[in-house]
Amino acid sequence: MSRRETTRRSPVGRPPLPLVALGCLGLALFVVPLAGLVGRVPWSTLPELLTGDVVTEALRLSVIASVSATGIALVLGVPLAWLLARVEFPGRSVVRGIVTLPLVLPPVVGGAALLFALGRRGLVGEPLNRATGLVLPFSTWGVVVATTFVAMPFLVITVEGALRSMDRRFEGAAATLGAGRWTVMRRVTLPMIGPSLAAGLVLTWARAFGEFGATITFAGNLQGRTQTLPLAVFVALESDRDTAVAISLVMVVVSLVVLVALRDRWWRAL
Amino acid sequence: MRRIGVLAAAGLLLASCAGAADGAPASVSSLSGDLLVSAAASLTDAFAAVAAAFETVNPDVAVVLNLAGSSTLREQILEGAPADVFASANASNMERLVAAGEVAGRPAVFATNELEIAVPPGNPAEITGLGDFARGELLIGLCGEGVPCGDFARQALAKAGVTPALDTNEPDVRALLTKIEAGELDAGITYVTDVAAAGGAVEGVDIPEDQNVVAAYPIAVLVNAPNPDAAAAFVDFVLSAEGRALLAAYGFASP
Repeated sequence: MSRRETTRRSPVGRPPLPLVALGCLGLALFVVPLAGLVGRVPWSTLPELLTGDVVTEALRLSVIASVSATGIALVLGVPLAWLLARVEFPGRSVVRGIVTLPLVLPPVVGGAALLFALGRRGLVGEPLNRATGLVLPFSTWGVVVATTFVAMPFLVITVEGALRSMDRRFEGAAATLGAGRWTVMRRVTLPMIGPSLAAGLVLTWARAFGEFGATITFAGNLQGRTQTLPLAVFVALESDRDTAVAISLVMVVVSLVVLVALRDRWWRAL
Repeated sequence: MRRIGVLAAAGLLLASCAGAADGAPASVSSLSGDLLVSAAASLTDAFAAVAAAFETVNPDVAVVLNLAGSSTLREQILEGAPADVFASANASNMERLVAAGEVAGRPAVFATNELEIAVPPGNPAEITGLGDFARGELLIGLCGEGVPCGDFARQALAKAGVTPALDTNEPDVRALLTKIEAGELDAGITYVTDVAAAGGAVEGVDIPEDQNVVAAYPIAVLVNAPNPDAAAAFVDFVLSAEGRALLAAYGFASP
């Protein structure tokens, strides 16, 4: 860390003032709302607020959903990124667009689309329901599906970018030395994209942890089953301001700790 | 083209002079600007019609409807949202604003509404009354607590002595209806007006009078209204015979 900073500093001199000013203004946009939130925290009652049923159950669901979504994104998203980066097929740019669509769609639209596709009466949901009895909406599985839908693109685009920009001569060399395709993937490709993969996982987790719109639209809102922390904040904002602020504080702290801790370790790739 | 414009302007000028000379109010209202009306989600269709009629009478006013659950709107106003008028689906959200000094004058009740059970077309779960809301195998939704339709629904269920086997608390009545229309919920409790507005997209199951709850809708001009004159005119319009007739067309009863 320190070595990189010294090499960066010397030749250019002091940073130009307009850049500093604009950069600080940009930073203020992020810091000021945080300050507003922290200013409203009811510190004296905070412990009671945070140990109530609503908060603990929502925290549990948020952890389950965000970790599951990250796991699913790892299992499905890495192969998808590999296909997009390495396999030429017609319509690849369209597929790439579809994969990144959840990044730009309002999450509510994504949630409604999931409802029409995977609900009891949905395109896929109806046969699925008849075959297995599974009903995704209004279940914790529905929360996992909604958060995965919204968060997985972060993993796919990060890993795809890494796969496309990596030096493929290493893979070629390994193959020349007799490694099979699977061994090359496991021993050369994956380690080389490791930092990007880790960064993608962190981004995916963070997006999943904060997911609101698709979840409430597709999975509904019920304490203990589908009410994650963002939904609990939304509900509490209208009835119990102190609890809402307390939950928001938890989300900020948890997210910040994870992002800062993992960034220092892995995130230099970005 | 330009000549026509000049002629039209001259005509307008003459007309307004004539109006002023007669001492009668000019035919074109003097109100102008944007008017932000924060209205309960259950008023979505009715207030769209009311706003359109108000704009016909006041062509220089642009009514902007901000529709959400009444409790969401209340919080927005408490946080300083620049709304001119607040129309709530229940008294308590309005009273909170009155207590906070956000309301100019006294709120006036302009409409009432009752509850009805909404089910998907064909009523696949064969819902006959509030008693079915206790059936655990069904998917049941209500508006959340604090949202008027959610509080009224819970009052009705309490009157019927039913503990609902609830699957979701929706943020407002329209979100609840969407899930019933899609067939993803077997039943929910909405307003009579919502079932009517949905056309054939949902079916209604009546709630008997002794279990039902009458929702009274209060409206008021807000203290910090950026456009107070237009706001007062809008409230008067809603309370006028014409406004009530429009509301009645959407199933609302007069108080």
